[in-house]
Amino acid sequence: MRIFTTIIALAAVAAAGLVAPAGAAEPMKVGFVYVGPVGDHGWTYRHDVGRRALEQALGSAVKTTAVENVREGADAERVIQQLASTGHRLIFATSFGFMNAVIKVAKRFPKVKFEHATGYKRAPNVSTYMARFYEGRYVIGKIAGQMTKSGIIGYVGSFPIPEVVRGIDAFTLALRSVRPDARVKVVWVNSWYDPGKEGDAAKALIDQGADILVQHTDSPAALQVAQNRGVYAFGQSSDMIAFAPKAQLTAIVDNWDGYYIARTKAVMNGTWKSTDTWGGFDVGMVKMAPYTNMPEDVAAMARKVEDDIRGHRLNPFAGPIRNQAGKLVVKAGASLGDDVLRGLDWYVEGVEGELPK
Amino acid sequence: MSGEAGWLVAVVLSVVGAATPLLLAATGELVAERSGVLNLGVEGMMLVGAVAAFAAASTTGSDTLGILAGAAAGAAMALVFAVLALSLLANQVATGLAITIFGVGLSALAGSGFVGIALEPLPGLAVPGLSDLPVVGRLLFGQDVLVYLSLAMVGAVAYFLGRTRLGLILRAVGDSHDAAHAIGYPVVAIRYAATAFGGLMSGLAGAYMSLAYTPMWAENMTAGRGWIALALVVFATWRPWRLLAGAYLFGGITILQLHAQGAGIAVPSQVMSMLPYLATIAVLVVISRDRAKIRSSAPASIGKAFHPAG
Repeated sequence: MRIFTTIIALAAVAAAGLVAPAGAAEPMKVGFVYVGPVGDHGWTYRHDVGRRALEQALGSAVKTTAVENVREGADAERVIQQLASTGHRLIFATSFGFMNAVIKVAKRFPKVKFEHATGYKRAPNVSTYMARFYEGRYVIGKIAGQMTKSGIIGYVGSFPIPEVVRGIDAFTLALRSVRPDARVKVVWVNSWYDPGKEGDAAKALIDQGADILVQHTDSPAALQVAQNRGVYAFGQSSDMIAFAPKAQLTAIVDNWDGYYIARTKAVMNGTWKSTDTWGGFDVGMVKMAPYTNMPEDVAAMARKVEDDIRGHRLNPFAGPIRNQAGKLVVKAGASLGDDVLRGLDWYVEGVEGELPK
Repeated sequence: MSGEAGWLVAVVLSVVGAATPLLLAATGELVAERSGVLNLGVEGMMLVGAVAAFAAASTTGSDTLGILAGAAAGAAMALVFAVLALSLLANQVATGLAITIFGVGLSALAGSGFVGIALEPLPGLAVPGLSDLPVVGRLLFGQDVLVYLSLAMVGAVAYFLGRTRLGLILRAVGDSHDAAHAIGYPVVAIRYAATAFGGLMSGLAGAYMSLAYTPMWAENMTAGRGWIALALVVFATWRPWRLLAGAYLFGGITILQLHAQGAGIAVPSQVMSMLPYLATIAVLVVISRDRAKIRSSAPASIGKAFHPAG
């Protein structure tokens, strides 16, 4: 199916390239490569919202192309190559797994600018960008600490990559700062998006005593299960309240609008440089969905935590931090730096189970 | 209800949910394969059924219409397969694969307007008195209609194939279509009917996914369950009651693996995903070692194109 969609998309892109009007003030072409469907209502959906914001802000000066469901690997390289060779001057590749494909194609097209989300390899024409989602995880950890009765939190994980581990750790640190005896159970579904499995994982976690669910997967299935079973949950990447009006406490919402507009303008002005952007609440890349289904004092606390992080008064990864074995790895007064965070591969105290390698 | 019993009931309920789509699709595929038709398009038919069911249920507000739409869509896809493979004599394996790929794409296209819509899950039966019994209440009397249908169909198919004349004819067609044709049975018509039934059941399996299991539409939401259903038919050596055991076993493995993770047991989840297929390969090896066993297991004419000779 992905091959089918990709072929159709490539044909459309090629056709668009051929039919481009040759006139003055030709719109700048910007390409977007998505790993999942726009309809995932999560990760890819939010990138597409950013793309539409870009179109709205720059109007006829820009023309965007989006290709969805591009599988990481050879498919990705083909799609990115096709975009680069059909006049797109800026290409956003929105998944970690596109990294090698982006670097390869960037070498062949030195004049095209590439932006790779959540990656770590750069080049003169390749930038990386990421949002400090873990700041949002910290906020929801605080909320969970107040709202949990059983003290067991269920975490539906996708893949054990540093980004996901950061989220689990930040969440757990915040959780246990409010409720020191709480535990986090993690289940890995090995997919970013599989509603059936996510729902099964959610059921299993609830059956094991979890009364709040957190997820790092992209579908609202876990929230639906939470709604049906009468427990609380947090949405992921976008506000999923429609699926769980009584169960969703809040959601971590990705907001790429500002970044996409700024980078496109930079290419237009000729001021684009290869950078690494890691923005959080402070630049609006991460937002929280409205706080619902909780007492007002919990919501007020959450807003204050959000504010403190935004104003750089609170660092989610400030010490003291103990690892899963109980050893103090970060002293009070110190904190985990960005380079450690980028490659984070260990659990903090309070997370149950072994981190798969 | 004590804590332990409560936990067990919850796990069994999850297993029932996981097993039902497999059972529905595999039962239909079993009938098709017993008639000699190898329809690999189960995944595509399930997805088309899922999107049709969700679309119908969300636009009309009626779950019943949704279920019927899902069944009809699955049957329609199966008929496309039947025309290509039974009338035009295209290679059944290739046609089945094509139907899968086509179904995946068609469902994504048709479903694009339905993403982000939430539905209430299919309601469970509420038998006054019985459904409130401790432990067995929810388990036996609180399931939704498709779960009961899946179990009833296993019994119906077992009875049909084993004890009715028409079932005997269908099996004859599957074992030797030339002999059946010589006797005068309408081989192609029977295979058409069996294939359509297979598609109908796959469509119901898809409807279960999008109306009961995770009441939403998402591209590719069956995520390979159609392939597991195909493996299940072989695992059950084409016998309906073994299908029941196999479906609950395969469903149980998935749920157990998730519980194991939650309990902190480090079982690689990829190994668990492999288990249904490993089990099927093991069964294939066992039944292939004995020539007599093979003859009594797989329908002898499965997958072979039927060229009426005279």
